[in-house]
Amino acid sequence: MMGVVRGLRGATPQFLVLGLILLMDRLAAPGFFDISVRNGRLAGSLVDILNRGAPVGLLALGMAPVIATGGIDLSVGAVMAIAGAVMAVIVSHGGSWILGVACALAAGGACGFWNGALIAGLGIKPFVATLVLMVAGRGVAQLVTQGRIMTFAEPHLATLGGGAWLGLPVPTLILAAITVLAVLVVRSSPAGLFIEAVGGNRRASRLAGVEAGAVTLLVYVASGLAAAIAGIIVASDISGADANNAGLWFELDAILAVAVGGGSLAGGRFSLSRAVLGALAIQALKTGILLTGLPPEFNLLVMAGAIVLVLCLQSPALRPLAVRLGERRA
Amino acid sequence: MTLPSIRWSPTATTSVVFLAALGICAMRFPVVLSGQVLGDLLTDSAVLGIGVVGMTFVVVAGGIDLSVGGVMAFSAMFVAVAIERWAMSPLLAFLSIAVLATGFGALVGAAIHNLKTPPFILTLAAMFLARGACFALSKSSIPIKHPDYERMANFAVALPGGFKLSLVAALMLTTFVVGGVVLHRTPWGAAVFAVGGDQRSAGMMGLKVGRMTMSIYAMSGFCAALAGIALSLYTGAGYPLAAQGSELDVIAAVVIGGALLSGGYGRMVGSFLGVLIQGLILLYITFDGGLSSWWAKISIGALLFAFIAFQKLAGRWVTREATV
Repeated sequence: MMGVVRGLRGATPQFLVLGLILLMDRLAAPGFFDISVRNGRLAGSLVDILNRGAPVGLLALGMAPVIATGGIDLSVGAVMAIAGAVMAVIVSHGGSWILGVACALAAGGACGFWNGALIAGLGIKPFVATLVLMVAGRGVAQLVTQGRIMTFAEPHLATLGGGAWLGLPVPTLILAAITVLAVLVVRSSPAGLFIEAVGGNRRASRLAGVEAGAVTLLVYVASGLAAAIAGIIVASDISGADANNAGLWFELDAILAVAVGGGSLAGGRFSLSRAVLGALAIQALKTGILLTGLPPEFNLLVMAGAIVLVLCLQSPALRPLAVRLGERRA
Repeated sequence: MTLPSIRWSPTATTSVVFLAALGICAMRFPVVLSGQVLGDLLTDSAVLGIGVVGMTFVVVAGGIDLSVGGVMAFSAMFVAVAIERWAMSPLLAFLSIAVLATGFGALVGAAIHNLKTPPFILTLAAMFLARGACFALSKSSIPIKHPDYERMANFAVALPGGFKLSLVAALMLTTFVVGGVVLHRTPWGAAVFAVGGDQRSAGMMGLKVGRMTMSIYAMSGFCAALAGIALSLYTGAGYPLAAQGSELDVIAAVVIGGALLSGGYGRMVGSFLGVLIQGLILLYITFDGGLSSWWAKISIGALLFAFIAFQKLAGRWVTREATV
């Protein structure tokens, strides 16, 4: 818990971005900040953002350390589809929901291990290595579901994807719990330091005694697991697995979330809680577009603009300009 | 430094895989070797193939362009809207989209160079932009009913042996030949290799790297527009969701064709064979009837992996030879 608080203390830019987007949403839809209690749970646009932002938030939790090691994981969307497919097949064939979730997690971990092995073991560039699973992953998911949209009726999973506890949506609570857990693991142990060391300077970190290969492998396994949890939530929410569309384009949202969260796309530094804030900001943007009545496809244009804006701000080419502006002010 | 065997060995591997794929198809379905089926293979691969020509330049230069699928779809949409709604003549529509897409590519290239960002992130944004623009034009499919258009779409030259060369297939073959000449026989092509081999030393040699990056992505944009035109001829319509995920197929074809994703190596012939290998996989699945379509994705992914791993191991072997 302390770690999350510490991470959020330096998150002023992320809060500003989120606040700005929420304010714009408020201008677009007058009732945006209204929160009511319906059927014993909170309802309203803000709650909706927390609920729908959970899958991308989870992906961002996995993606932030990956990017911090100087890598990238393009396969998370496909891994979501695989995990959802595995769970749907097990549950619809009479397996218990616990078995389904466990197998989905195992599948996600295995996908992450495959990525990590290609990158750490064979030394293939991360974006190339994860491209393989991005290409083949949806095929694997279709293979698992035999090309059908697998539906299931399972009360526990329905709660997992669309239920509420203490008034809050369960996906939000899952995201919150895993964020706290991940921050604890990363910041109360040397893990976070190792991850940033590998991303900052791989050679130097190895000379300093960091097992760069093992760190890389574990980071991709974690990303696979996070993608699996996101896939489980999405599949539970619609009570079915759609191999073609589950998690489509989510890898981009996750990368953008990490970038908005202040993680350097060149590697070397990251913050989990800020990446989650970034994911929520993206969801707020998307919800806002829906509320304005613009077609949802408009999202793509806005997202493209957001990526370019973040890239411009992060660009090393613009840093001298920023420094010069800073000097003038001083 | 570069021995002839190293220069050609990935292309040789691709040729072996191609011959094996053709052999397997021909053994199970002898009809594959007939002129008609081979003609269809070229026609069905045309859209992908034209995009692959542009991607080969980008990959040889050490970059990547994820926006090709989006630009293809947008080009097809643009052509459909221009002809059907704005009453443009097909030729003028082709010309406008070629100019538009080339300019867009140049802009992307300029952004990649000046912002110093990884190309795949910036071209991802470009992909979003192109897809979003598709939907801005129309949310549903627009059929093209222009009489000239149908004539072009149905045009085919009958060659001996029942072989029919359609217009889109001819367009693909021409693009590959011209692309091959440009890449392997012109100073600009040599500069593409230089940028891909080592950007810093290319710059030190006096190459204007920024201008090269711009022109390379402009070339990719132009090829994507051509592919989009072929797509509109092939399907007879513009559809905003068309060619979804085709950027991955295009990249896979280039890699299976033997090009190095780290840049500095690639041959147009190899990319052409890479396209045909993918076409043969789809052909096999169609002819078999019992295999499901997802096996295409899985087998292309497996081939992609095999080639990347092979390159990595071969690369290690070559450096060991060189250091000994």
